Parts: sequence; C-alpha cells; structure tokens
Amino acid sequence: MYGVTQEQLDQIDALIVSDLIGIGVHSVIVVDVAGNVIAEHDDGKTDIQVHAFAALAAGNFAAVDAMAQLVGEQEFSLHFHKGEDESIHFSKINDDILLITIFGNDVSLGFLRLKTTEVIDKIKEMWQTTEF
Amino acid sequence: MGFVNVKKQEVLVKLVYYGPGRGGKTSNLDYINNKFKERIKTDMVSIKTHGDRTLFFDFLPVDIGKIKGFDIKIQLYTVPGQVKYNATRKLVLKGVDGLVFVADSQVEMREKNISSFNQMKENLVAMNKDIAKIPLVLQYNKVDLAEEGVPLLGFDTMEADLNSEIKVPSFEGSAVTGYNVVNTLKKAISLTMVSFKKELL
Repeated sequence: MYGVTQEQLDQIDALIVSDLIGIGVHSVIVVDVAGNVIAEHDDGKTDIQVHAFAALAAGNFAAVDAMAQLVGEQEFSLHFHKGEDESIHFSKINDDILLITIFGNDVSLGFLRLKTTEVIDKIKEMWQTTEF
Repeated sequence: MGFVNVKKQEVLVKLVYYGPGRGGKTSNLDYINNKFKERIKTDMVSIKTHGDRTLFFDFLPVDIGKIKGFDIKIQLYTVPGQVKYNATRKLVLKGVDGLVFVADSQVEMREKNISSFNQMKENLVAMNKDIAKIPLVLQYNKVDLAEEGVPLLGFDTMEADLNSEIKVPSFEGSAVTGYNVVNTLKKAISLTMVSFKKELL
C-alpha cells in the first residue's frame, strides 16, 4: 500500500491544469502501473470512464513494455495512438507512474510532446525532495 | 499496493480473480455486475478473443461505501486462464491487493486446478509476495453441475489439493446460479481491508 501526499497532489494538479489543459488538451489522467487513478483533469467537455480507461491504459503500457523487451529494448517510454478526432499520448513519469493525455486535432503532437516532457521533469523535480 | 488518494478521499483496491481456463472467473464478474448494477457506474470492460475467451483481463470497479470518510473502490480483475497466457497473468497481477482463486470442481479439472494454483504461487514469488500473507479466498466453482450428473471432486478433495497448507477461507460456489459468488467477494474484500489496516498501523 502506498499514498501520495495532499501537497504532492496539489502540485501535480496545478501543473496539469496550467501546462496541459491550458494548451487545449481534453483530458489528462495520471495512473500507476497497477491501473489506479492518481489524478485526473479534463476541460469540462470530455466524459471518459476514467477507472476503466486507467485499467486498460496500464495493461496496454505493460503489454507494450513486454513487446519492447522481446525486440531487445528496455522499454518504449512513449506511446501515441492517433485517432480521427481524438488521440492518446502515453508517457512514463517514473517506473510506477504514467501520464496520459487525450487531445484533439487542434493540439500538435510536437507541442504536446514538448509540454508533457516539461511537466514530467517538473513532477520529477518535486518528488526528488519528497520520498515517493 | 492499494492506493490511498488523500485529496479525493478514496482508497483503490485491486482484487484479482485467478484460476484455470474456463473455470468461471469472468462468470463471477458477470454475476457481480448484474447483481450490483446500481453501484457500478462503469461498464465492465472485457478484452476477449473471438472465441469469447478472456484474452487480457476483465475489469469491474465496485464502490462499497465509506470507511472513516474514505470512499472504498474495489477494482475487480480477472486473468486469462489459458496456460499459454502466463505473461499476461503476470501483468494483471501487478499491484494486486487480494486474490480469489476460482477452481473448477469437475473431476477432470483436478490437474489443471493444481497447476494453475502452483503457477499463481510462483508468479506471486516473482513479485516478492508471499501466498501465506496475501489476502486469498478459494472458490470451488460449478457445484451446480452435480445436478446434471457431472462427477465432481468434492469439497474435501479440493481442500486437500489446494488448501491443506495455506488454510484460507474457501467456498463451494456456482458462478452461473450465483451461489456463494457474493460471499466469496465479501470475504475477499474483508480480508483485504483487514490486511490494509495492519499495514497502516
């Protein structure tokens, strides 16, 4: 069993809202590799079954990781699924936690990647000072 | 590793139904899904093959109410039972808090029950978990088949095969009729919550 402090969650929430929802991302979900939802935010117009999504996302990430090892890679740290209207971007915050963003055609993949990398760096920085 | 979210005041618990292929793991979740429809706000997610066998997992979140102001969300998973899918079973077992082992009571399934159970032990060891410590409930499923004249192993034989060492709670059950499905789940939840409490204290 583990937990995340209130302060850590507040910091993560603020970052997600300003840096990701702020650029037009529809929904952001932070999950652990067991499929638990740690944080979730959306633009108020998106309706996703978050817990089911988290379970599938964690499973998907684990499956792709297993595929990576089969081709001799340690991991694929970034996954991206392109849809007609909605796309999903997965990245690893650390070995246990994933950042998932769901966004439409109005956000470019390049910009999103840049922003998620920044957010992940900031989250890692926060957690360096507190044991997670 | 159950997850406590202080901000949302919720505790997420992962319960995994494990057992041999076609033993009734998905049927257990189907029954729970139908029985507690009003408490389950999310659709059950199933990743199946074309032949209707579980390929990856089934997922069903159930809210069981509050403990000390925290919403307790039980997330039920099944593993694929077929022997060849052990890699997938390991993935689904990640972060497991409690287990239900669904064995098949039919005489011809005896070996499969035992080998699935042993593999579960091995998989837990690989994740540094001890079968003697993790909350676990056994369900000897398909007892309804007795009425149709199908030879069954019987409670004592199954206890001797699977439960002689660990001595955990066990139930005869029938996922099709619902017999002991809810009791199995309740027992698994209560064992898991007790083990959480121990960890927290």
